[in-house]
Amino acid sequence: MEIKKTTDNGVLIAAISGRIDTTTAPTLETELNSSFDGIESLVLDFAEVNYISSAGLRVLLSAYKVMSKKGGMKLINVEEPIMEIFEVTGFNDILDIE
Amino acid sequence: MKELVIEALVDKLPDVLAFVDEQLEAADCPMKTQMQIDVSVEEIFVNIANYAYPDGTGNAKIQVEVAAEPFSAQITFIDSGIPYDPLAKTDPDVTLSADERQIGGLGIFMVKKSMDDVKYEFTDGQNILTLKKGVAGKW
Repeated sequence: MEIKKTTDNGVLIAAISGRIDTTTAPTLETELNSSFDGIESLVLDFAEVNYISSAGLRVLLSAYKVMSKKGGMKLINVEEPIMEIFEVTGFNDILDIE
Repeated sequence: MKELVIEALVDKLPDVLAFVDEQLEAADCPMKTQMQIDVSVEEIFVNIANYAYPDGTGNAKIQVEVAAEPFSAQITFIDSGIPYDPLAKTDPDVTLSADERQIGGLGIFMVKKSMDDVKYEFTDGQNILTLKKGVAGKW
């Protein structure tokens, strides 16, 4: 898994690529946690994410909880297999997915 | 049937998935199905790695049986750790809002939802968990 971060006017765009699983989710969590200060909102670009397990969902939920107290968190470019996992777990109703 | 015996450690997850994927790809498993199976395999293996052997480490045995056209797969996890039925856990309420949702508890629920059949038994001192995916009548 790789994460490319760009900040624009208080909006952090994190483009994630690869697998978000038990072994890589802690890295994503650390990366996001270190970015919350000084940003207003968060955009996660999922175009290149091809796998997410419950370990990844946990990171998304905790990031969402932090960002909902600020300007919010949004997911973009979610591919169909990933979307299906969000639907099964009800995450499609919780998260702001564009 | 192919079998892998591996130390039940989270670090071994990539090896477990590589082994399972190799069998799935040999049977022309559709990509979406492969991801559902991988997610399920991850949840079960990580569970064993985290909880089966509280006093040290032990092995997990993973057996994979696949068929092509139409695709079907049966994956069995066997460990000799403490008796634990992951299916006995209450399903999380997936209709709650983000604030009400607990972080965690989704793993086994995802397995139940994405597999066609999940069965647990404790026999001869072993936890045996079997996942099935594919044409139901075949089994």
